[in-house]
Amino acid sequence: MNTKNENWLYTISPKQKLIDFNFKEIWRYKDLMFLFVKRNVVTLYKQTILGPLWYFIQPLFTSVIFTLVFNNIANISTGDGIPSFLFNLAGITLWNYFKECLIGTSDTFRKNQNIFGKVYFPRVIMPISVVVSNLIKFGIQLLVFVCFYIYFIFFTNQATQVSIQNELFLLPLLVFFMGLIGLGLGMIISSMTTKYRDLSYLVTFGVQLLMYASAIMYPLDLIKEKVADGSIPKIAGVLIEYNPITIIIEAFRFITLGVGDFSFSKLIYVVAVSLLLFLMGLIIFNKTEKSFIDTV
Amino acid sequence: MSDVILKATNISKQYRLGLVSSGTLSHDLTRWWYKVRGKEDPFLKIGEANDRSTTGKSDYVWALQDINFEVNQGEVLGIIGKNGAGKSTLLKILSRVTSPTTGEIKTRGRIASLLEVGTGFHPEMTGRENIYLNGAILGMTKKEIQQKENEIIEFSGCQRYVDTPVKRYSSGMRVRLAFAVAAHLEPDILVIDEVLAVGDAEFQKKAVGKMQDISKGEGRTVLFVSHNMAAVKSLCTRAIVLEHGKIAFEGTVDKAVSFYLDKHSQNQDTGKKWDENNEDIPSGENIKLLSAFVISENEYDISCPTYIEFEYVLADAIENFNLSLVLSTSDNVPIFNSISPVINIEKGVHKTRLILPENFLNNSLYSVRILFVRNSKAILDIEDVLLWEAKEVMKRNIDWYGNIIGQIRPQLKWQFD
Repeated sequence: MNTKNENWLYTISPKQKLIDFNFKEIWRYKDLMFLFVKRNVVTLYKQTILGPLWYFIQPLFTSVIFTLVFNNIANISTGDGIPSFLFNLAGITLWNYFKECLIGTSDTFRKNQNIFGKVYFPRVIMPISVVVSNLIKFGIQLLVFVCFYIYFIFFTNQATQVSIQNELFLLPLLVFFMGLIGLGLGMIISSMTTKYRDLSYLVTFGVQLLMYASAIMYPLDLIKEKVADGSIPKIAGVLIEYNPITIIIEAFRFITLGVGDFSFSKLIYVVAVSLLLFLMGLIIFNKTEKSFIDTV
Repeated sequence: MSDVILKATNISKQYRLGLVSSGTLSHDLTRWWYKVRGKEDPFLKIGEANDRSTTGKSDYVWALQDINFEVNQGEVLGIIGKNGAGKSTLLKILSRVTSPTTGEIKTRGRIASLLEVGTGFHPEMTGRENIYLNGAILGMTKKEIQQKENEIIEFSGCQRYVDTPVKRYSSGMRVRLAFAVAAHLEPDILVIDEVLAVGDAEFQKKAVGKMQDISKGEGRTVLFVSHNMAAVKSLCTRAIVLEHGKIAFEGTVDKAVSFYLDKHSQNQDTGKKWDENNEDIPSGENIKLLSAFVISENEYDISCPTYIEFEYVLADAIENFNLSLVLSTSDNVPIFNSISPVINIEKGVHKTRLILPENFLNNSLYSVRILFVRNSKAILDIEDVLLWEAKEVMKRNIDWYGNIIGQIRPQLKWQFD
C-alpha cells in the first residue's frame, strides 16, 4: 500500500474514543448553532398575541403565587427588610434558566430524530443551542428582576436591608455553571431515554421535586434552623445544603440581595460537580449519538 | 488509475428485531458484561441474512454483511437492489447517521446526502430563513449560503413566496425549495436517494440536469441509489447490486442492470409446461394446454416485441375456434382483451402466439388470462396463467426519468404541421 494513499479525511467505524469532543468540527458548524438559537427564540411565541411578553409573565406570576402561598399564608420569613417578592423573583429567575436547560436538552434525541435520522452534524450542537437560547431568555428575565429591584429600592421603603455585594462579578460564573449542570444532566437523560422511555416521565416530575429541594422559595437558613430544632431529619438538611443548585441560588441571592449562604469553598465544590456532570453527560451522549437512530 | 476517494471494508450492520422491552435490558447487561471482560459481543455471532419474507429463528438480522467497495474520484456509482436489500442502511452509514456494527469506511472528502430533502424545515419560518437553516444543517457555512442565496431562490422557482412562512407553502413548493438548497451543496461526495421521484416534470428535468452537471461537469463523486433502471443507466458508470445485505454483483452499469433484472424475474411466472399424462394439466372439452410462455428477446425490455405463446393439443377437430386473451395489471385491472380470428382447426398439437409490439407496454407487472373459445363459448378459461414484469431498460431520449403514466405506453403516431 502506498503511504500517500492512507491520507484519509475521516473514518467511519464502530470504534470510538471515550470523549469525542471534536472542537474543530463543532466550530465549523457554529453557524448552524446560531441558526438553531435563532429558530428557538423566534419561533417560540409565534402566533401568540402577547408574544415575547410571555417571557415576563411567567416568572412574575410564579413569584406572586409563591409570595402569596409561602410568605403570606405559610409565614416563611425571607428576612427583615428583604421584600419576599424580590426574594422569590431572584430564585425563580435563575431556577427557570436551569429548568429550561434541563428540560430542553433532555429530549434532544427524541425530539430531533427526524433530522438526526437523515443528516450528520455534530449532535452536541443541539443541546448547546438549547442552552444558549435559554441564556437569551434568562437575560430578558434578569432585566425584569433588575427593574423590580430598582423599584423596590427607590420607590418603596420595604427594601431597607437589600444591598449589592462586591462579589457581583461572580454572576456570569454562577449562570455558566448553572447552565453546565442543566446541560450535563440533560445530555445524560436524553441519552438514556432513547432506549428506555421511563426516564422521560421522571423528568417533569423530578424537576418539580428538585425545585423543593433547591431552596427556591425559602432561605437555606430556615432549613438549618429546622434541622437544629429537630423538625426536619438531618439527612434532608444535608441533601438540600449540598445540592449544587441550592448553593448557586443562595450565592445569587447573596450577591444581589445580601442574604444567603455564600462561601468560596462551596463554589469550588459546585464547579467540580458541574464539570463532572458535564463530562459524564458528554461521554454518554457520544456513546449514544452513534447508534441511537436504531433504538429510538 | 484515478484516486480512490472512498473505501469501504467489511461493513456490516446488525439490527435487533421485535419490540424494545425489558428483554433488551438483559441483553444489554450481557453485552456489557462481555465488554467489561474484554470479550467480543456475543450477539454478533448470531443473526441471519436479511430476507424479509422468510421467518427467521434469530432476533438479530444482518441488514448488511461484509460490504467492500471502492469509489474513485469523479465516478458516479449506482447502487441498486430490491426493497430491503440494504440500500438505505448503507446510505445511512455513509452519511454518518448511524454507525456500522463492524468494518470501516475511509473517505478523502466530505460526504453530503440528499437522503430526504427538506430536513429541518421549520414551518413557522420564512422560505429565506429556512434556506439558511437547511443549508447549515446540510453542512454549509453562512458565508457559502449567502453567496448562493439568489441562485437557490431562482432554482426553486419560489421567488414570490420566499418571505412567507413555509407552512403556507404547497407541498410541491416545499420540495422544490428543499431540493434547490441541497442541489447547491458542494461536497466532495454526494449521496442521492431517489430524488427523481419528487416534483413535476419541469422540475425533474431541472433536477436531472443539475445532477448531470454535478457528476459530469464538475467532476464530483456521486453515489446514486435508485429503482429506476433507465435513470441509473444514463447517469452511472459503474454499479453495485445489493441482495439480502450482500454485494451480489459489482461491475459496469449495463452488466449490473441486466444481472439485477435477471434475478428479479425469477419470482415471475414467465413460462409453464405441463405433462400431457399428468392429472393437473389445464384441460377442457377436447382441449389440453401443454405450455404457456412469455418470450422476449431481451429481458422483457419494453423496447422490443414480447410474444405470448401457447401450445395446446386438441382431441378432435373444432369448428369456429378462437382464442381470447385478457391482459391485466397485477392487481387484476383489465387493460385489454384481444380476440383472435375465428378459424376451423384440425385435431393435434398447435402453437398460437400473440405479438405485443415494441414500445407498447409500460414499466409494470402484467398478468395474463387466456380463454379457448368454440362457438362463442369458452371451453377452457385460465386466469393468471402468466405473470411477468416488463422493464424499461434502454436509455430514454429525453431528459426526464419519472414514471410515464398509464398501464401501457403505446408509441403512437404524432403529426406536426
